[in-house]
Amino acid sequence: MSQTVLQARDLTRHYEVSQGFMKPKAVVKALNGVSFELKAGKTLAVVGESGCGKSTLARQLTLIEAPTAGSLVLDGVDIASAGKAALKALRSKVQMVFQNPYASLNPRQKVGDQLGEPLLINTSLTAQQREDKVKAMMKRVGLRPEHYYRYPHMFSGGQRQRIAIARAMMLQPQIVIADEPTSALDVSIQAQVLNLFMDLQEEFNTAYVFISHNLAVVEHVADDLMVMYLGRAVEVGSKEVIYAKPLHPYTQALLSATPSIHPEDRSIKIKIHGELPSPLNPPSGCAFHKRCPYATDLCGKEVPQLRALEGREVACHHAETINA
Amino acid sequence: MSLLQIKNLSVEFGSEKNPFRAVEGLDLSVDQGEIVGIVGESGSGKSVTMMAMMGLLEGQGRIVADELSFDGKNLLTISARERRKIVGKDIAMIFQDPMTSLNPSYTVGYQIMEVLKVHQGLRGAELKARALELMELVEIPAAKTRLEAYPHQLSGGMSQRVMIAVALACNPKLLIADEPTTALDVTIQAQIMDLLVNLQKERNMALLMITHDLAVIAEVAHRVAVMYAGQVAEEGRVPQLFRHPVHPYTNALLSSIPEHSKGARRLVTLPGIVPGQYDRPSGCLLSPRCPYVQERCRAERPGITAHEHGAVRCFYPLFEKKEAP
Repeated sequence: MSQTVLQARDLTRHYEVSQGFMKPKAVVKALNGVSFELKAGKTLAVVGESGCGKSTLARQLTLIEAPTAGSLVLDGVDIASAGKAALKALRSKVQMVFQNPYASLNPRQKVGDQLGEPLLINTSLTAQQREDKVKAMMKRVGLRPEHYYRYPHMFSGGQRQRIAIARAMMLQPQIVIADEPTSALDVSIQAQVLNLFMDLQEEFNTAYVFISHNLAVVEHVADDLMVMYLGRAVEVGSKEVIYAKPLHPYTQALLSATPSIHPEDRSIKIKIHGELPSPLNPPSGCAFHKRCPYATDLCGKEVPQLRALEGREVACHHAETINA
Repeated sequence: MSLLQIKNLSVEFGSEKNPFRAVEGLDLSVDQGEIVGIVGESGSGKSVTMMAMMGLLEGQGRIVADELSFDGKNLLTISARERRKIVGKDIAMIFQDPMTSLNPSYTVGYQIMEVLKVHQGLRGAELKARALELMELVEIPAAKTRLEAYPHQLSGGMSQRVMIAVALACNPKLLIADEPTTALDVTIQAQIMDLLVNLQKERNMALLMITHDLAVIAEVAHRVAVMYAGQVAEEGRVPQLFRHPVHPYTNALLSSIPEHSKGARRLVTLPGIVPGQYDRPSGCLLSPRCPYVQERCRAERPGITAHEHGAVRCFYPLFEKKEAP
C-alpha cells in the first residue's frame, strides 16, 4: 500500500465580493466542502467546467491561499497548525504546472536561471552543483544542454511546457498540481507532454493532481477521478468505475458532450440545457437541478451529500432510480 | 458546380525575394448543404486560407490561385465594392473568441441590427422584429430583454449565439466557422454544435468548419481536409478518413489522441514540431517527422492524388496497414 501524501477534509474556500458602495458584501462559495485523499505515485484528476472551483482547489493545495474552513494534511502535517518554517518546507513539496506556458515563464530570465531558482531558494547547493542538477533535469525532460542559456521566447509551446514541468520537478516534490497542462497545446504536442508526465511519475513516484476539462485526456492519465460542479464534488471514485458506468447525471452529460473521433461507438447520450449558474447566486438544493433532466421537487430543496454507491461516491438524490 | 471552388491557392507573406508560403497549392470545394471541416495544428494555414478567401488579407499577403470562386463569381478579380456585397451577406463568418469579436461598446441588439441595415436596408419596427426573430432562432432565453444587453453581460456561450445570429442575419449561403467552440466549456460546446448543425440543415446552408479538434469534425462534418504546414495532406469523407487514414500525418495525428490509446500507458507520438518559416524541408514537408520516410520524400515534394475515398499528398500512402519501422 503506498503512502498517503495529501488528505483534504471538507476543504472550503469562500470569497467576499463587493457589490458596490453601501451594499452588503456577497459571498462566493468557490469551494464548498471537498474531501479526498492522494497517494504517492497516483494521479487524481479533477474535472469540471469553468467556475466549478478546480482552480480554487489548486490554490488551496499549493498553499497560495489558506482555506476558509476544513483541514488539509500534507505529508502528515496539518497546515492549520503548522508554523511559518514548517509551511515553507511544505511548499517545496507541492509544485505546480500551469495551463499557459507562454505566461508562466519569466520572459526576462534565462531558462537555466529559472530552473535553478528553486534550488537557490530551498537548498544550499553551490552554483556548480545547481547547474549540474538543472542540466540533468533538462536532459530528463527532453531539452538540450545549450537551451540552458536561452530565453523562453526562443521555444515552442510544447518545449516551454517541458521547461515548466522541469521547474516543477526540480525539488523532486511529492505532489505536482497540473492545472490544464495541455489545453494550450496541439494534439501531437499534447501526446508528447502527457507521455513526459507519465515517465516522470514512474521515475520519481510523484503524486499528481491533474486538473482538466478534457475527459479524453483524463481517462488516459488518471487513477482516480473527482467530478466537480459549482464548488462541490458530485462524483468521486476510481477512473475505471466511473468511466464504465457514470452515475451522476452531470458526469453522464460531460461524457456524452465530449466529442469523439468515432461518435457512432458512444453509448451514453444525454443532453443538458442552460449554463452554469452564477456562484454568487447558486440555486437552492442540488446546484445542478435546474439543468438536470431528472430533477424533482426534492432536488430543489435539499443539497445531496456524497454517499457510497456501486464502488464510488456520488452526490445525487436519484442516483439509483435514474440508473436502474 | 460547387458553391465555393478553390484551385491551387497559394498565399505568400514577406518580401518578394524571400517569401514565406503560408498556404501552398490548396484545392478545396464546398457544395450547397454540405459541412466541410478543415483540421490542422497551429501554423498549418487553415485560418490564412479563409482570410484570403474573405479578402481580409488585403495589403499583407500575396494571393495566387488558378481559381477562387464563390457562387459563380470570381473572388480574385472582383472589386472591393462588389466583395463587400458578398462578404457578410452570402458568406458569413464566426470567430473563435466571441468575447473579443463583439464590440463591447454597443448592445448586442445594435450589432445584429447593423448587419440588417447595411445589407437588407431594413428600418424601424421591421428591423427590430427581425433582430428579435434572430435572437430567438439561436435560442437565447429572454431574447427581448437581451437585445438591450452589452456583450460583457453575456456568458461565452450566449455571446457565441449572438455571433451566430449576426452571421445568419442575411441568410448566408456559406457560413465559415473558425474554431467556433474552442473557447467554450464542453457542455456549452455541445449545445453550440447542435445549434449550428440544426440551422445548417434547416437552411440547406454550406458550413465550413475550421478547427484543431479532430473529434468535433468527426461528429458533424461530411467531408474533411487535413492541413499540414500550409498544404492539404489528405482529404476525404467522414467517417472513412477517420477509420482508415492513408496519409502518415493523419495517421499519426489520430493515434496521438488519448482516445486511440485506451489501455496503453503511453501515447503514440509524432516526434518534432510543425516546420516554421525558416526550417521548411525541401522535399515532402512531413519528411523530417515521418516514420515511413524514403529517399524520394526528402528530394521531391509530392503532389496531391485522388483515390477511392478522397485525395492524398504522399508518395507512399498507407493503403494497407504498415508497421512503423
